[in-house]
Amino acid sequence: MKFDDEPLISGENLPIRPQHASPGRLERVLRAGGFAVTAEIAPPDSADPLEVYERAALFDGYVDAINATDGSGAHCHMSSVGMCSLLTRRGYAMVMQVSCRDRNRIAIQGDVLGAAAMGVSNILCLTGDGVQAGDHPEAKPVFDLDSMSTLNMLRGMRDDHQFLSGRQLTSPPRVFLGAAANPFAPPLDYRPLRLAKKIEAGAQFIQTQYCFDIERFRNYMDAVRDAGSHEKVFILAGVGPLASARSAEWIRNNVPGVHIPDTVVRRLRAADDQKEEGVQICVDLIQEMQEIEGVHGVHIMAFRQEHRVAEIVERSGVLGGRVPWHPGAALNN
Amino acid sequence: MRSWSVRHARGLTTIYAGVEAILVKLHPLLRRIGYARLEKPVFAVEKLAKGFLFDSQSCGQCVVGSTGLSCPMNCPKKLRNGPCGGVRMNGKCEIYADIDCVWVLAWEGNKRLKSSEYPIQFVQPAIDNRLAGSSAWLREVRSKVGSVSNEI
Ligand code: SF4
Repeated sequence: MKFDDEPLISGENLPIRPQHASPGRLERVLRAGGFAVTAEIAPPDSADPLEVYERAALFDGYVDAINATDGSGAHCHMSSVGMCSLLTRRGYAMVMQVSCRDRNRIAIQGDVLGAAAMGVSNILCLTGDGVQAGDHPEAKPVFDLDSMSTLNMLRGMRDDHQFLSGRQLTSPPRVFLGAAANPFAPPLDYRPLRLAKKIEAGAQFIQTQYCFDIERFRNYMDAVRDAGSHEKVFILAGVGPLASARSAEWIRNNVPGVHIPDTVVRRLRAADDQKEEGVQICVDLIQEMQEIEGVHGVHIMAFRQEHRVAEIVERSGVLGGRVPWHPGAALNN
Repeated sequence: MRSWSVRHARGLTTIYAGVEAILVKLHPLLRRIGYARLEKPVFAVEKLAKGFLFDSQSCGQCVVGSTGLSCPMNCPKKLRNGPCGGVRMNGKCEIYADIDCVWVLAWEGNKRLKSSEYPIQFVQPAIDNRLAGSSAWLREVRSKVGSVSNEI
């Protein structure tokens, strides 16, 4: 897919339109009313750039932006800054995740400046899992900021051109600011208000936790629309293929914040090929998401099944024939 | 005790505001004695009272007025702006399965306050880590009477 003001060098950022925060392709697609698709890339436990490029290439032509996670699950992997540095060189649109667990405000602000300079146009502000959840439970949890104060701080850098300390920036980071939301964690009646608070703090797009319980998600979206939040923020619903009934059960018992209803587990268990059924459930969910008013896209987290993302998007048909930019796209189009 | 305070959030919030109002009235006297000299004894009383009522962690920039009296510094992630996405289905903390999520309690407390605007919705700025272990009451009084100063 090409924009009419596409830069001459393929993969460069776009000119920033009036009312837009960033030069990124994700913001462009969303503001133009497109149904956006983003996906999470698995960061390697390696210093080999090729592994990163290979993993990104799996999504070529099917996603509008790639999320680089920041020590997700409190496990150590290649950093989100490192992933973004490699992939922006190839022109990929990145969502750089920033977690508050490992870095204080000095480190985060510095990283965001560096990222924006490299061409990262989207930052997702997260609190982060506790260190207890990961492979280094003995580490010091930082949590100098939380996701709200991070959003607030980055908006200040972008719009007021200053660090949190008040010191001036000569050139601000032009970034589209995102936050996470979990519609399924208690207190359920507070979650729509929490979304409103994130918007207040500066969130322009939201990527949600896995949504397997479509009924409950619809209720959540009803409340979100009642508050008018769907007109102030772009919401990408989190989806992903489950590998089997057993893994679904393991996830819901062990991964904080993931809610998988019994109906989904039963559907998996009843299937001859559980893995295929997991993919089908994901495709079905994506199609259902597209029908919900106020849902502007999906965010695919295909843990250990990244190679199936392209097929899932293809089968869902949500791109409607649109082919998002990818390296080499200029030659093909 | 912490849960009791949250259950009685409405009454306690009024009393809490009352203590603050009295301290503000006492400002001329406090100034004469000198805030620096008062810091230690007031902090001791404050720590005792808030420690008993809210399990206060004495961050020095108290926000329990907007949390329904649940001290957010008891959250293992030190979140000051609401619950993380990991709260367990039974309302317990993601990290310590045996403690109640302070933000689930805070939301309960908020719903008990008589106000159309939930104070929990106020976006709390990044914490000032220098202020840990100082009196939030005295700071509040000084800022209310206009002699804004963060010096101790
Ligand atoms: S579950 Fe509640 S208390 Fe535990 S880390 Fe999350 S917000 Fe804090």
